[in-house]
Amino acid sequence: MITEAFPAAHLPQPGPLPNDLQLTPDGQLRHLLTIEGLNRELLTEILDNAESFANMNEKAVKKVPLLRGKTVVNLFFEPSTRTRTTFELAAKRLSADVLNINVSTSSATKGESLLDTLRNIEAMNVDMFVVRHQQSGAAHFMARHVEPGISVLNAGDGRHAHPTQALLDMFTIRRFKGDFTRLRIAIVGDILHSRVARSQIHALNILQAGEVRVVAPHSLLPAHVEDLGVHVFHNLEEGLHEVDVVIMLRLQRERMEHAHLPSEHEYFQLFGLTQRRLLTARPDCLVMHPGPANRGVEIDSAVADGAQSVILRQVTFGIAVRMAVMSMVMGIRSA
Amino acid sequence: MPDIDSLLDSMAEQTRRHFDQRGVEQPIVVGIHSGGVWIAEALRKRLGYSRPMGKLDISFYRDDFSRIGMHPQVRPSELPEELDNEHVLLVDDVLFTGRTIRAALNELFDYGRPASVTLAVLVERDGRELPVQATIVGAHFELAPGEQIKLRGPDPLRLERVQLENGR
Repeated sequence: MITEAFPAAHLPQPGPLPNDLQLTPDGQLRHLLTIEGLNRELLTEILDNAESFANMNEKAVKKVPLLRGKTVVNLFFEPSTRTRTTFELAAKRLSADVLNINVSTSSATKGESLLDTLRNIEAMNVDMFVVRHQQSGAAHFMARHVEPGISVLNAGDGRHAHPTQALLDMFTIRRFKGDFTRLRIAIVGDILHSRVARSQIHALNILQAGEVRVVAPHSLLPAHVEDLGVHVFHNLEEGLHEVDVVIMLRLQRERMEHAHLPSEHEYFQLFGLTQRRLLTARPDCLVMHPGPANRGVEIDSAVADGAQSVILRQVTFGIAVRMAVMSMVMGIRSA
Repeated sequence: MPDIDSLLDSMAEQTRRHFDQRGVEQPIVVGIHSGGVWIAEALRKRLGYSRPMGKLDISFYRDDFSRIGMHPQVRPSELPEELDNEHVLLVDDVLFTGRTIRAALNELFDYGRPASVTLAVLVERDGRELPVQATIVGAHFELAPGEQIKLRGPDPLRLERVQLENGR
């Protein structure tokens, strides 16, 4: 059905995804669309594999030949710098060839449907799609329609999921803090618009984190957020009390159609992370942010650049985590 | 099964002679995980070498990746010294098809351009699929089809004959 338009209205809403789509019958990773439904063993396997790649940086040639001859397509319908470049570097360090397609400046503006775009690129004999799209469920839709043997990695779909970001955050936490079961973790800010927060909460639950908190004003929390198994706080000092890790989220001004907030200045007064507020957390509390940070809106520069910040380490680890996921979906063991 | 200590003694003697003839005082010893690292350590001790040892995990360089997938628990390769213009003694436990050595050579050259690479193996057996040859050899075996030889260790090191169910 070449002419089928991208059925935006019928997209699956965020929610449980049938794992028969992202896993092989014997439980190996075939696509990575969401963290939901993956088990602890598989998440741990991804993190362990990422650990192997994270140790690779001392070589003169920062490459391994695992994906030699494979072609990876970065298909981005939304702008991104960090995610796209770290996916690109990850693919290149695995020796794959990489094609970057920025659709916001391409044929989508000429009316081509997602399915048409997909079929056309498929016809160029590619092996993997890394897709970012403003619609929740876009990666899921592509995974349903690609030819067998082609993998789809979700690099962020609408408000739904951003699984590799959550995995690199888990990798960072494990690197610095070890065992998840003893940890208290606070996710602070714009939970409502955040696919990152959703994926992080699922990952932390699967990895059996001790306590997961979300801290936000009422207007930036999705309805029934408690059902995700988190403790809800509306006051930052209370929410940060004795936490081991604080993850700040970017205030997504571009997704706010309605006035969720009086002003950015007032938001910073109430929910901005400052050195003084960080004192209520544990003294060795990690400060994380998926980037890009709005300095002076959700986080003070002194904290973002401070001793407890691991924000740039997250970027570095993101390459290793994406290498792990890419090599796992391309290296499925035949039974 | 032969006594490993006497095989190692013989390998150490061959190694000494080989590098003496070439006027190389001390090569960089690089072991291939896991068995090759054990043998490399034992050789270094016998030869009194002081330079830090390298370790290679060749999982990322295997030629059967698309068939068998990611190897669980890949240990990081460590090469503490620059390889450029150095003489390298590459050590493995069993030389069989030659594919591991092909992968190890590719990985070595991603770290630098050594002056020479000499291969030392505890056991060489029949079944080569690539033109790879060891210079320093502890013992030679001819095995029946489906039969394999494995090094167990690290303490104590011992060789074991294994019968595989259905060939390889």
